[in-house]
Amino acid sequence: MSETLTLRQWLLTDEPTSRRHARLASLYKGWLTLRGNTMAMFGLGILVALVLMALFAPLIAPHDPYVQNLGNRLQPLGSPGHPFGTDSLGRDILSRLIYGSRITLYIVTLVALIAPVAGLLVGTVAGYVGGWVDVILMRVTDIFLAFPRLVLALAFVAALGAGIENAVLAISLTAWPPYARMARAETLTIRASDYISAVRLQGASPVRIITRHIWPLCISSLIVRVTLDMAGIILAAAGLGFLGLGAQPPSPEWGAMISEGRRFILDHWWVATMPGLAIFTVSLAFNLLGDGLRDVLDPKEGSQ
Amino acid sequence: MSMIEIEGLNVWFGHGPDRVDAVRGASFSVARGESFGLVGESGSGKSTILRAITGLAPDWSGRVDIDGQALAGGKRDRAFFRKVQMVFQDPYASLHPRHSVDQVLSETLHLHGIPDIDARVRSLLDDVGLGGRFRFRYPHQLSGGQRQRVAIARALAGEPEILLLDEPTSALDVSVQAEILNLLTDLRAEHGLTYLMVSHDLPVIGHMCDRLAVMKSGEIVEVMDVGALRAMRAEHEYTRDLLAASVAPGPHSA
Repeated sequence: MSETLTLRQWLLTDEPTSRRHARLASLYKGWLTLRGNTMAMFGLGILVALVLMALFAPLIAPHDPYVQNLGNRLQPLGSPGHPFGTDSLGRDILSRLIYGSRITLYIVTLVALIAPVAGLLVGTVAGYVGGWVDVILMRVTDIFLAFPRLVLALAFVAALGAGIENAVLAISLTAWPPYARMARAETLTIRASDYISAVRLQGASPVRIITRHIWPLCISSLIVRVTLDMAGIILAAAGLGFLGLGAQPPSPEWGAMISEGRRFILDHWWVATMPGLAIFTVSLAFNLLGDGLRDVLDPKEGSQ
Repeated sequence: MSMIEIEGLNVWFGHGPDRVDAVRGASFSVARGESFGLVGESGSGKSTILRAITGLAPDWSGRVDIDGQALAGGKRDRAFFRKVQMVFQDPYASLHPRHSVDQVLSETLHLHGIPDIDARVRSLLDDVGLGGRFRFRYPHQLSGGQRQRVAIARALAGEPEILLLDEPTSALDVSVQAEILNLLTDLRAEHGLTYLMVSHDLPVIGHMCDRLAVMKSGEIVEVMDVGALRAMRAEHEYTRDLLAASVAPGPHSA
């Protein structure tokens, strides 16, 4: 007991004794703030469960998600061996949902790695360099923003062919402009601040200033924005899947599952509803977590 | 030979009809090892002179020589940054909110190519009267005075010869102001620094400087030494007004 107390005190100290200590202490304080937010912890819990589900899908899933059994098709909820019922080809919906979490996580992770990074790069360079570079980069951003999101993704997937990788690219292509706008706006305020002037007076290069001094301040609001956008990304992926341009059958992608269930929605509602609920739950979890992260990562928190 | 030689300096912001002339025809020189003050009310262009010297205000004309080397435009080379450093007015705005004291100083030392960073950081903190226990703190864990000490340590890291001080105490409590001013006085004696200090506070300038220039709406109206200031012997009417205002009982008279 006393040992955990000293660890806690060690982490909460105002006088860190080493670089690692200082970093751990500020991480721990952020974690305490996040832990105090019940809804955010609820969201985080769902997401951790989702990751575990994706990791251990073969162990958890009661059936093979691809095995068809036409004699056992369209079983209702709670039928023996199939708690969520079966779809039009007699495949177990629960197992398909569990395997589908892998695809959802895959899409979400890839988009979250591509779009914000591209946006951050474009936005901070435009904001810091200014002049012609700013004009050109921001007009390109405007052009991408002017396209209807799903239509641009549709055109892209249609040109490159249907599939998850192309769906990810298409979603990233339509998702980065808002990040670029946001990063540029923040860069403009950060660029004028004294601490940037001060590091310029030490002879720091623009690359160093952008990557070491501007990025750390943009990233926190970007992370918040990404978690809040995750819901939209999942829905866009589901939408592409629903239109038959994302994941291809028999892949258990949630949007594609809704699309398949659409034909039976009046008589066999659970076939489309179960994946819909899964999308809803994960989207909600990301939104709740994003809200909590905003409290922790808000740059103003650092200057309290 | 003078360390800073400024002649006919004009600084402006904006172009065309939006152009604002912040400094017009300023001339003065600061000898090596001297402490020179720039006094004037807000908006008189005194900080702008510092920004023009450092290249932060790139639109200027006239002649600025630093240690015999003429400056041009807004670009400065590494040798300049080694020689000239600046302490900013607001210590709450001049430290990166996400960088610890250690990161700030280590990066500065690294940029100046100084070896043995670890030992230098410790000696810098000792120099400005902050012990090693402040080393890994973040700015929000420091008071205003402590932050300004960190900013001074950062300015001293490259071992400059000239320190430009932009109202270094105006954002601080009165009690902390005296500490910082004394620290600056000690550092000048220790390192043989040349100071160019901007302030709107005549007592501060009187305490810190050997000579001063009085500025009013972008122009230098009078250059005098501190003896004349203390004896209230001002030639220009505006300087006399300033002196009268600072002697009159007011919040700064203590």
